[in-house]
Amino acid sequence: MQKREVRNQQIGRYGEDAVALYLANRGAEVIDRNWRIKEGEIDIVARNQGGLFLFVEVKTRSSLAFGHPLESITPQKAGRLQRLALAWLATHRALGCEYRIDCAAVLLHINSEPQIDYRAGVL
Amino acid sequence: MSVAQVKAISLLGLVGEVVLVESDISDGLPSYSLLGLPDAALNESRDRVRAAIVNSELNWPNRKVVVSLSPAWLPKSGSSFDLPIALSLLSAQGAIPEEGLQETIFIGELALDGSIRSIRGVLPILIAASRAGIKRAVIPSANIEESSLLTGINSIGMSHLRDVVEWLRNGAPDVARTNVSESKFTHENQADFADVAGQKSARFAAEISAVGGHHLLMIGAPGAGKTMIAQRLPSILPELSTDAAIEVSAMHSIAGGFAQRSPLSLLPPFVAPHHSASRVAIVGGGANVIRPGACSLAHNGVLFIDEAPECDAGILDSLRQPLESGNISISRSIGTVIFPAQFLLVLAANPCPCGKFLGRGRNCTCSSLQVRRYLAKLSGPLMDRIDLKIEVDSISRGEFSAMQSGEASSQIRARVIAARARAAERFAQCSWQLNSQIPSQALRRDFAPERSALNFLHDELDRERITARGLHKIIRVAWSIADLRGGKVPTLEDVQLAHSLREKGQAI
Repeated sequence: MQKREVRNQQIGRYGEDAVALYLANRGAEVIDRNWRIKEGEIDIVARNQGGLFLFVEVKTRSSLAFGHPLESITPQKAGRLQRLALAWLATHRALGCEYRIDCAAVLLHINSEPQIDYRAGVL
Repeated sequence: MSVAQVKAISLLGLVGEVVLVESDISDGLPSYSLLGLPDAALNESRDRVRAAIVNSELNWPNRKVVVSLSPAWLPKSGSSFDLPIALSLLSAQGAIPEEGLQETIFIGELALDGSIRSIRGVLPILIAASRAGIKRAVIPSANIEESSLLTGINSIGMSHLRDVVEWLRNGAPDVARTNVSESKFTHENQADFADVAGQKSARFAAEISAVGGHHLLMIGAPGAGKTMIAQRLPSILPELSTDAAIEVSAMHSIAGGFAQRSPLSLLPPFVAPHHSASRVAIVGGGANVIRPGACSLAHNGVLFIDEAPECDAGILDSLRQPLESGNISISRSIGTVIFPAQFLLVLAANPCPCGKFLGRGRNCTCSSLQVRRYLAKLSGPLMDRIDLKIEVDSISRGEFSAMQSGEASSQIRARVIAARARAAERFAQCSWQLNSQIPSQALRRDFAPERSALNFLHDELDRERITARGLHKIIRVAWSIADLRGGKVPTLEDVQLAHSLREKGQAI
C-alpha cells in the first residue's frame, strides 16, 4: 500500500515536470509549482507570452485501463480549480489580471517520451 | 469536421417530425451534454451510445461533446435516437464519411455491445419520413417486417453498429428489399363460426353488423356463447385493404403490440379489454408518450367489451366521441394527438347480476330493482348509438344434440363481401362506405326505404315508440338487411326486422 502511494507520487511528479517542460518549450514562463493551500493544490502556474496567467492541472496515468485521465476531473473539481486560481491571484496581488485554466493529460510510455494531451481554457 | 448532422424522426402520436441530430466535439474536459428536451430514456442514451461505440472497436471522443436534437423546442422521447447520436458522433470525428448520411434517416436503440435493438413505432416513423421526402431509412433488422408494407421508402435493416459503419464506409449502397410472404396472415386458422352451435338469431345479427358496421349489444345468460360470437366477428369481416392494414399496423407499432398480431396481417383486429380497464387504457393517453388505447387498437376492427355493465362509470361513455367521429383526440401537456378509432363496438352483458333473468327467468335470484338497475348502467346516449340489441338464449337441448356444425365463417364472409359490394356500388359518389355511416340528410333524400316502410316508421314515431334518431338508425340497419337479401331498396319487412333488432326484441 505504502509502496504504491510512493510510486503514484513519483508518476505525478514526473508528469508535472513533463508539462512544465512542454510549456517552457512553447514560450511560457513557469512561475509557480505545487502551490498549496488548505483547499487544494495548483500543479503549475505559468505566464504565456501575452502575459496571460495559466493555471494548469496535470493528470498523469501509466495506462488507459481506468479511462482517460481527464475524465477524473468532475465539475466539482473544475469548480475548485477556479477558486484556487482566484486565491492564487489574490495572494500574489494580481486580482483582475486575465487568466485561463488549462488541463493536461500525460500518458506515460515505458520506452518512449510521455504523450501530452494539452487542453486550453477548459472552463 | 468536428460538427456533424444525422437525420432522425421524433414521433408524437402518429405524427412524426424530422429531427436533426447534431454533434459538436471541441477541446475541453471530457463531457457529454444532450440538448433538445430529452426524456429519461433518451438521457440514458449517453451510456448506451458510449458503450456501444467502444465495444464496436470505434473511438469515443474524450473531449467536450455537445449533442443537440433540433428543433430544440420539440420534446423528444424514447431510445430510437441512440443510433443517429452514435453516427453523428462518429461522423464528427471523421470516422465515417458524411455523404452516406444525407437523405437517409437512422433509427434504432443500441445495446451495450453495439447491436441494434428493435424499437416501437417504426411504421409511423417510416410513414412520416416518406412524407418528408426522405427516400431511405436504416432501421433495426428486427423491425424490417413492419417496413415491408410501405413502398415509398427503401428500408435497410441493420443489426449491429459495426455493420452500419461498414456500410457507410462502403459508400452506402442501396440494398434490395427483403420480400416477406404475405399469404399466411389472412383468415385461415382463425376462430370459425362453424364452432358456434345454434344461436340462429345472434348469428344473423352478427352478419348484419358485419355488413353495415352496426354496433351490437348481446344480452344473455353466462355460457350462452356471447364471447364466442364476438370473437368470431372478425372472421366474417372482409380482409383489410393495404392502406387500412397500414393504419392498423401503425397503431399497433406505437403500442408495441406485435406479440399477438403480425404487422403484415390483413385481418381486422379484435381487441377485448377487460371490464376493469381504466379510461386511459380504453381511449389512450400517457404523460410523456401518448399511446393509443383499446379503441384505437381496434381501428378498422372489432372492440369487444364483455360484462359491459361491470365497467366503471364513465368508461363506456368515453367511447361516445370516437363512436360519433371515428377518431379520438387526446390532449396532454406535451401536445394533442389524434388517433383514428373507427371500430365496430360489440358489448356483451348478463341480463341481471346473477345472469338468469331471461325467458321465464325461473332461477333468477335478483330483486326486480337489481335487475332494472343492472342494465341501466349502460347509459341512454350510448345505447342510442347501438343499432342491434339482441338476446342470446342459452342453447336448447335440440340445438345442442343436433351435432350439426353451423355455417362456416368463409360462407358468411362471402355473403358479407357481396352485400358490402352492393353498398359500395350505391355509395360510389358518396364520401362514406358503410350503411351505418349514411348521414341523416342523405337518408331522407336519396336513401329512403319503401313508401309502406316509411309509413310504418312514421306511425311508430307518432306513437313516440321511437325517436327521430332511432328512425334513422333503423333505416340504416334496414339497408344492411336489404343488401344481404340482395334487394334494391329496404321493404316493409326489412324495416320491421331492423326495428325489432334495435328495440331489443327477438329477431326471427
